[in-house]
Amino acid sequence: MSWQWFHRLGSPRWFYQKTSAWLPWLGAVSLLLLAVGCVWGLGFAPQDAKQGNSYRIIYIHVPAAFLALAGYYIMAICGAIGLIWKMKLSFVVMRAAAPIGAALTFISLFTGAVWGKPTWGTYWVWDARITSMLLLFFLYLGVMALSGAFSREQSGDKASALLALVGTVNIPIIYKSVDWWFTLHQPATLKLTEASTIDPSMFYPLITMIAGFYLFYAWVLTLHTRTLILQREWRTQWVRELMGQPAAQSSSAARA
Amino acid sequence: METEQLATPLSASKSSSTSNPADTGASGINLSSAKSIPVANPVHVPGFHTLFRTELTLAVRRRSEIVNPLLFFVTVLAMMPLGIGPEPEMLARMAAGLIWVMALLATLLSQESLFRGDYEDGSLEQLALQAQPLYFPVLAKVLVHWMVTGLPLAVLSPLLGMMLNLDAAGYWPLMVSLALGTASLSLIGAVGAALTVALRRPGLLLALIIMPLYVPVLIFGTGTVQAALDGYSYGPQLAILGAILTAAAALAPLAAAGAIRISLEN
Repeated sequence: MSWQWFHRLGSPRWFYQKTSAWLPWLGAVSLLLLAVGCVWGLGFAPQDAKQGNSYRIIYIHVPAAFLALAGYYIMAICGAIGLIWKMKLSFVVMRAAAPIGAALTFISLFTGAVWGKPTWGTYWVWDARITSMLLLFFLYLGVMALSGAFSREQSGDKASALLALVGTVNIPIIYKSVDWWFTLHQPATLKLTEASTIDPSMFYPLITMIAGFYLFYAWVLTLHTRTLILQREWRTQWVRELMGQPAAQSSSAARA
Repeated sequence: METEQLATPLSASKSSSTSNPADTGASGINLSSAKSIPVANPVHVPGFHTLFRTELTLAVRRRSEIVNPLLFFVTVLAMMPLGIGPEPEMLARMAAGLIWVMALLATLLSQESLFRGDYEDGSLEQLALQAQPLYFPVLAKVLVHWMVTGLPLAVLSPLLGMMLNLDAAGYWPLMVSLALGTASLSLIGAVGAALTVALRRPGLLLALIIMPLYVPVLIFGTGTVQAALDGYSYGPQLAILGAILTAAAALAPLAAAGAIRISLEN
């Protein structure tokens, strides 16, 4: 098998041009899935026996929490690829993933608090899962802050990639926190290897929402990566042509 | 600045502004007579033992840097009962957690200067240039950092526990867990200190990136004391602290060495 596509993917220009064709499809499918999942979950799924209608926030809360954790891995793996193979694009994806992951972590914390009030009677407890999600939020913020703190872009890339890698030691703790500690947060309901402890009529809309969130994440990540690429490569010929600007002067062409 | 650095290769920029110039000069002279890094001859870069001894000598000479984190630790703990109320039962319940959090902050505060002086006067670059892995110099520096910050905190902790009305059953677990835990904190914090050494004002950024990584140590550190107070065996918690320390000793200096190389490129 040829690895050419992989090496080509490392070129920001190639990435930008390829994704132009994918983006509308990605966006359309993800929005469609999200719409179907929302209407199905919020409108047609049955009420929960104990929680009534308030459980329906699961359709936002769980997919957001999934992606908040998966997004950290995506960020850390991209950072590792950048550190090991010195791929420029990989660092760009890493930087793009950080604010999206932070936003998703915030959404899952916020919806968790809103859900906690009717079910547990409190917005916030220092429960293992909630606290570790808050730490995940700080990890994201730390990576963002560090990547922006360096005057040289490459140093910021490498430093934040290293920090993202070091931070991965906390992620398994977050995954397992509900199983290891007996706390207020319920244990995982969705399991890959055994039967889930959730009724199929609630499960299918949830799966639809999770799939929709994954595609939405990919869409937003690609969009943000493209923006960062344009910001970084603004001196190059192809970006100037893309922006409809006159061809670069000799000095900037030399730099590009 | 140039001449001052030449005269005192390691200590010039590291000595705190509060120490008087005579003190700095004296330590510089003593250093160059005791095997310090000769700037003129970068071939004689020190190995682990030499660097360890140099760092320890420097740390002992700059007494204020040893005493300041300890004073901070004690002062803030003395403030706590004023803020939350002096009821003995409440203090007893909070003592272990308060002491642990203050140990964490004291470590964090002293961490910023771990590589700073060496970065500013260029000796960090010399260390990175030598043939041996950067792992050992980093480990030597972290070890000295722990010996002058974490270890005294651990030794002092039963006294503070007594002042905060901690039950006597908690003294020994508190001391051992602090000794093990602060070593992990020094190691983990070294990664953050190395990542931010090239930045002009890293203080708050360092706290932001390192605090989340400190949390497991804090959980199991306070867990040790809590288990002892509740009359359970605290061996498992200590074992986990030991495991964290082992993993941190193996991996953190590697990450810090990588971070130093990144910072030197900046």
